[in-house]
Amino acid sequence: MSTTVTRPDEPAVAAPAKSGRTGAGIRRALPAAAILVAIALIWEAVSHWFGVPNYVLPSLDSIWSTGISDWSGTLASATWVTTEEVLLGFLLSIVIALLIAFALHSSRVVRNAVYPLLIGSQAVPVVVIAPVLAIIFGYTITPKLIVVTLICFFPIVVNTIDGLASVDPELLRVMRTLDGNRWATLRRVEAPAALPSIFSGLRIAATYAPIGAVFGEYAGSQNGLGYVMIQAIPQLETALVFAAIFILTAEAILLFIAVSVLERIICPWAREGKR
Amino acid sequence: MAGTSGSPAAKGVPLQEDAHTGASGPGMPVPGPGTPGAGYTGPAGGAPAAAVASGTGLLLSGVARVFGPVVAVSGVDLEVPLHSRLSIVGPSGCGKSTLLALICGLDEPNEGTIDVLGATTSAERLRRCAWMPQRDLLLPWRDVLGNAALALENQGVRRRTARQRVAHLVERFGLAGFEEQLPHQLSGGMRQRVSFLRTLVAGKEVLLLDEPFGALDSITRADLQEWLRAALDAEPRTTVLVTHDVEEALLIGERVVVMSARPGRIVAQFDVHLPHAGSRRELIRHPEFAELRDEILSLLEAVA
Repeated sequence: MSTTVTRPDEPAVAAPAKSGRTGAGIRRALPAAAILVAIALIWEAVSHWFGVPNYVLPSLDSIWSTGISDWSGTLASATWVTTEEVLLGFLLSIVIALLIAFALHSSRVVRNAVYPLLIGSQAVPVVVIAPVLAIIFGYTITPKLIVVTLICFFPIVVNTIDGLASVDPELLRVMRTLDGNRWATLRRVEAPAALPSIFSGLRIAATYAPIGAVFGEYAGSQNGLGYVMIQAIPQLETALVFAAIFILTAEAILLFIAVSVLERIICPWAREGKR
Repeated sequence: MAGTSGSPAAKGVPLQEDAHTGASGPGMPVPGPGTPGAGYTGPAGGAPAAAVASGTGLLLSGVARVFGPVVAVSGVDLEVPLHSRLSIVGPSGCGKSTLLALICGLDEPNEGTIDVLGATTSAERLRRCAWMPQRDLLLPWRDVLGNAALALENQGVRRRTARQRVAHLVERFGLAGFEEQLPHQLSGGMRQRVSFLRTLVAGKEVLLLDEPFGALDSITRADLQEWLRAALDAEPRTTVLVTHDVEEALLIGERVVVMSARPGRIVAQFDVHLPHAGSRRELIRHPEFAELRDEILSLLEAVA
């Protein structure tokens, strides 16, 4: 009884070929790689040929060989300790930040009461707080987690609140006519709409997390990459310090990439919209 | 976008399955009057019967809405009988959209009363009215089925059940094969049809359409006008359509109301007597259509 009209002449947008996308990705990464190589070459040239002492600027190859020789002795366990602090602190800050953001979004009273305090919390210098936390909690993982969370939660909160508030007001009106109550609107419209913003906040936080962990370790610790650095600096073991820095940097980059990959999996529509 | 966005897909095809053929299991996705809306037993469920008894769909008397110093609409009296279609035309800023928001229950008038099938408070009106704005406002992360099923999910139907219930309607809306596409993969005309489907699935007695085809190209718009006319002929709903386009107003509406700007007032009403059969092109060539169009256009020039 029904005439069904399908339209083969109106195809869905063809998915771009996968190989083509990868090729484009490599081409896009080329300039950045070139700059990195140039910096490395200048570094090597300065450290080898300009008579800069090794304890001031160790050559890249000496950093590499130090990293290899000290890996099993100190760096491996230090990396593990710091990674644990970074990951746990990052997760903790995500949970806390999302709770705060949703609470602030849901209630104007809470927002007016808490938002100024949140901004104020960012004015407190974490570097100064860290030793106090070490006094309170001792050389445990707790003060590190608190420092990481203090540094990471703010960008997540701000971006989440912005994302939740970014929904088109007319869409909110449509939801009301579609029998959507507050909870349905939050769950089916506002929260998904906020996801891309939340991920923006997470990417920023991902790069902060290792910094927080190192601050925590500087203030008092028995292991970790920050601990290794603070031990190595007075000994002028600069190559070891740089090895630790490179590991930390790699950790931040990996965390950033992991967040980006997760974003592509969870909200593919956001990328399509931007193209 | 390749090609046009399609011919009138579901011409003459009812928006919902016949009660006799009811093969779709429990609950019609679009519970019209008299259909046992098994899935949704909200307060609106009993309304149509009462409204049939009184014979009145919408009744506005002395409605005024003021935004600060601006009088958006003033002294509006309107009557839309049950299952009839009213079009409102007027220049920009004549308060057409304000009027729809008022009827819908998204806003309250400063003066006058609005009666929607017996409902007078804004919360009750919201339960009886479906509203479709000019932009499709689909959720970009939901596919066609997910967007269409949104109202059912809001009414407490489980996600999977809701998707199953809208699945057979998707076909009637010319969207077969696109069930799992995301909005950005669809053409403008298809997105608007999904938006219309989402509006209908809410199962409201009253349809309020605010320039539903205004953002589309003229070919797609003509297709969808013809399609909407056929769809509403097949399954009548109390409908108010707001538009800039006089032809659209005459094609869809059984009565056309002309409004003036600032303050928005009703300046004239026309009853449209056109043959129910006939394509859009035939109707536009119909002498009465041409006569009404000229009359309304000259009136609009006078009030603008």
